[in-house]
Amino acid sequence: MTIATKLGYDDLPALMTRLTGDEKHDTSAHSTLDVLWVLYDRVLEDGDRFMLSKGHGPAAYYALLAAKGVIPLELLDGFGTFDSPLGHHPDRTLVPGVEIGSGSLGHGLGIAVGRVLVGRRVFVLVGDGELDEGSNWEAVQYAGRAGLDGLTVVVVDNGSATYGWPGGIESRFAAEGWHTVRVDGRDHAALEVALSKRVAGKPVCVVAEVQR
Amino acid sequence: MTMRERFYELATEALWENDRVAVVLADIGAGQIPKHSRRFNVGIREQLMIGVAAGLALEGYRPIVHSYAPFLVERPYEQVKLDLGHQDLGAVLVSCGASYDASREGRTHLAPEDVALLAALPGWTIEVPGHVDESERMLARALENDDRVYIRLTNETNTAPIDGERLTVVRRGSEAAVFVLAVGPTLDPVLEATLDRDVTVAYLSRVRPFDAVGLRAAVRGTDVVLVEPYLAGTSAGEVSSALSDRPHRLLALGVPLGEFRHYGEGPEHRAAHGLDARGIRASIERFKDRNLV
Repeated sequence: MTIATKLGYDDLPALMTRLTGDEKHDTSAHSTLDVLWVLYDRVLEDGDRFMLSKGHGPAAYYALLAAKGVIPLELLDGFGTFDSPLGHHPDRTLVPGVEIGSGSLGHGLGIAVGRVLVGRRVFVLVGDGELDEGSNWEAVQYAGRAGLDGLTVVVVDNGSATYGWPGGIESRFAAEGWHTVRVDGRDHAALEVALSKRVAGKPVCVVAEVQR
Repeated sequence: MTMRERFYELATEALWENDRVAVVLADIGAGQIPKHSRRFNVGIREQLMIGVAAGLALEGYRPIVHSYAPFLVERPYEQVKLDLGHQDLGAVLVSCGASYDASREGRTHLAPEDVALLAALPGWTIEVPGHVDESERMLARALENDDRVYIRLTNETNTAPIDGERLTVVRRGSEAAVFVLAVGPTLDPVLEATLDRDVTVAYLSRVRPFDAVGLRAAVRGTDVVLVEPYLAGTSAGEVSSALSDRPHRLLALGVPLGEFRHYGEGPEHRAAHGLDARGIRASIERFKDRNLV
């Protein structure tokens, strides 16, 4: 059930200012803002699922869920406090609309593969830094070889990985049989096209590049 | 200065003063320990972090490995078990975050089960400092040897340091008094909770190997309360084993087993788990009132 709101993309920054105390993750949160909006506003269809694997900096996610009426706006003000359901990393059992509890990096892709295997269409947001974790690559390799075309991964690439990704992130997914594309992570039209793409027999990797 | 801040200073100094020392990181701490030819930051790759430490140990170095407790102990647990333990290699694992220091971060950053996990593996010395000066001594001792050492740093602190390598009686009650063993940073709340009570209070910061001899020598009555700042009962088996030939009752306090779904601050979690002075006092009073049948 959602709450009717008249809030839109332009309201998100103001909503995010209500989520204070996790400033160390400001860059992380702002990097995901446009991808999240496009997914929820233009791409996700009934039955689709979105999972924020990169649980760091969930302020943008909470703001989006509030703007879309999934959680009450009033919840934003208690961010990180003892009795608030909104913590600095999200908990699926506390926040309506949140599909996985995350914050330890590299868990979302594996869980998504499990859901896709039984027919669910799933979108997963990971960070370029998060891809350091080896667990991601087990999922990437298996999903590619199993041809899981119900899976779309969006990598928000804000250059956080300690040693970067020489040769590009998408080349590593492509080598495992994924359809890949790199887009401007602030360009809503390009994000919509890329995230809506489905390729028979291949999972999709959208690298959304944003400046820190 | 917190234990964690002091650790970063000490690790930096050790790199420059001891050619055997190497530091292995997975991003956490990389901003605090300056670059050095033997400071290796592998990125967010904790399994690799432990593997690299094992490789360094094989080459004769003394690796210090550091991250938040869940990312140091839980995520690379098999590497800890096999790359270090099974290969019979040493390293100094130094964690931060403890049970609930990072409460605002949520469950992913909390590790009340870390000591129990490492205690399930052979050959680990597990240090639970209750004061920044204790943590400094522990690191210095660890760097002099080649064994497997875990040092569990926390934001919580006692007022004064005590050498808790062996069990130390801090306050002696009557012969029949309840015996309370406080581990690491639980000492101050235990002392406050029992200030006006006939209770013997002892302190321990090295929980593995457990000082069974010291416990047997110190316990004079039948009632024992164990207070640990991590998963409740982690050392209950050690206490029971040490006293197995004596009639005794044991109350084991600590972080209860369960998904505790709150954020907030560490002291709020401590109170909610009954590990502040008020909670400890209430638990001890209930324990004393319970009649043996």
